[in-house]
Amino acid sequence: MAVTSQPQAEPQKADLREPPSWRRTKNQIMTVLMVVAFALTMIPLGFVLVTVIAKGASVISWSFLTSSIPPNVLPANVGGMGPAIAGTLVITALATVIAVPLGILGAIYINEYGGKGILARVIGFMSDVMTGVPSIIMGLFIFTLWTLHFQYSGLGGAFALACLMLPIVIRSSEEMLKLVPDSLRQGAYALGATKARVTMTVVLPAALGGIVSGALLAVARAAGETAPLLFTIGIVTSVNWNVFSGANTSLPSQIFLNASQPYTGAQARGWGAALTLIVIAFIFMISARLVTARYARYSS
Amino acid sequence: MSTVVKADSAVPAESAHPLARRRPLGDRAFALLALAAGLLVLVILILIVISTSQQASSWFSTEGWGIFAYNWNPGANQFGVLAFIYGTAVTAVIAVVIAVPVSIGIALLLTEVVPRRWARPIVYVVDLLAVVPSVVWGLWGILVFAPWANHIYGSIASGVNGIWVLGFLFGGNNISGASFFTAGLILAFMITPIVTSLSREVVATTPSIDKQGAYALGATRWEMIRGVVWPHSQGGVVGAVLLGLGRAMGETIAVALVIGSNPVITSHLFSPGYNMPAGIANLFGESSGVFRAALMGMGVLLFAFTIIINVIARGVVARSARRARGA
Repeated sequence: MAVTSQPQAEPQKADLREPPSWRRTKNQIMTVLMVVAFALTMIPLGFVLVTVIAKGASVISWSFLTSSIPPNVLPANVGGMGPAIAGTLVITALATVIAVPLGILGAIYINEYGGKGILARVIGFMSDVMTGVPSIIMGLFIFTLWTLHFQYSGLGGAFALACLMLPIVIRSSEEMLKLVPDSLRQGAYALGATKARVTMTVVLPAALGGIVSGALLAVARAAGETAPLLFTIGIVTSVNWNVFSGANTSLPSQIFLNASQPYTGAQARGWGAALTLIVIAFIFMISARLVTARYARYSS
Repeated sequence: MSTVVKADSAVPAESAHPLARRRPLGDRAFALLALAAGLLVLVILILIVISTSQQASSWFSTEGWGIFAYNWNPGANQFGVLAFIYGTAVTAVIAVVIAVPVSIGIALLLTEVVPRRWARPIVYVVDLLAVVPSVVWGLWGILVFAPWANHIYGSIASGVNGIWVLGFLFGGNNISGASFFTAGLILAFMITPIVTSLSREVVATTPSIDKQGAYALGATRWEMIRGVVWPHSQGGVVGAVLLGLGRAMGETIAVALVIGSNPVITSHLFSPGYNMPAGIANLFGESSGVFRAALMGMGVLLFAFTIIINVIARGVVARSARRARGA
């Protein structure tokens, strides 16, 4: 076989391509333009990351991460962002505790109970629409409903962030539940399990990797949000670990305040806070990728 | 016996199977819990409308149709927000005009040009744009980009002053690094990842048999994209663009820092302006009375605009997805 095919490969291949023409030139121009489009997005990204790392790294030290926030006029080597880091951690954690279980339950309703019914479709559509609601509206909403009656607190901020996370968690969890094969459910039903038990012990564990990954992405998004916190948590300069009472602060809020300061010290602390915030967001994003790669059993 | 059971099972509540009639309490409780969580989305959306419009009612009642006037002057109790609406539209349009060609270019690059193992790292890198928090874009925009842009804008403006359309858009004598254009540009960076990923999803659904057909007819890759991919994905890409527009309209913090905080209506894109989310974010803390109600009202208007755009966009996306599956 191999011997007979040998001579047939020998004759010189005719070049069937068209000679260079406007059509091929245009094709090449367009391909180059697509690469240029990608390169264009890399320019601002590179600039931002390099600036934040260069300006932030020179400020960050252990004392920067733990000290309380000094008055803006003081130089960069004084004080730090401890209260903001603490605030970001506790507020985001509380928002996650509120939004993730509710979001997963909502997704379970849409995918396991609602089916193709009108209510499930409306809820799904409205979750999509809700992801488009500007984050500042969530801030105004929680301000009128909560802060006006109960003063500034980390809890209010957590509510606002939870409103932001809820539709994201619902949508990503729903996608993951959809991927769980029906045969798994039917197998569990055949053993006589109730619907709740099937959902909790069979469907949810099967989709868990993807759900956790989606939740982590929502957390990364929420941790960087400023607008929902502007009117709900107030501002403090010393650490407040009590998320349920008393004004609090967060890294994004501090960056926002320091960015409009004329003092170089305050600006430098702003860059330090920006680097800390980006690192936190990256940690969540990378863990989401790792969870997807390691634990997601079904992926789209 | 069996016939009796069959006849009865048509009437669910009176079933002859006592075991099948009642689901265990825990099972029903779980179903209710899930339903409640699902309904929470609708409840929140309705509560947003009610609570914010209630807070804004004193603005609506004192100003009437004057809310849409061009006279923002809190010192003189004038609260017409036309300049903010104008700024919102202008910055969002700038963002879309810049981001959409770039996003579609990247989406086509990912799906039609590069091999699959290259596509993944490119997606990661583009998604990094979305991981950079809004406030960090703002910090960079106001401290690094704006001072630098100030010089560039200045020389462009002096170059085009007097030229017909260019002078109208890029001229003027109130040039600033913090301006409509800077805000629009930074919004463009921020919406690129979402427009890219949505367009890519749509473009990727083009049936490969259609693409191969175009190649078989001797089309170049670009001709294939024009003739097969584009007609197939048009609707979905329009939806993606609208979602990007909605995102650009509501993005707050970055814009609040770089837009220049000047509520005027001007055609000069290099001049400082204002938009609705930035106005709310910057002015809310110092406001009270009708002023605060006006800012709440601005929130209500912004909510209405973004909801309308999102509903239309999701409708377009859903319809084009249905058509793609049907085809």
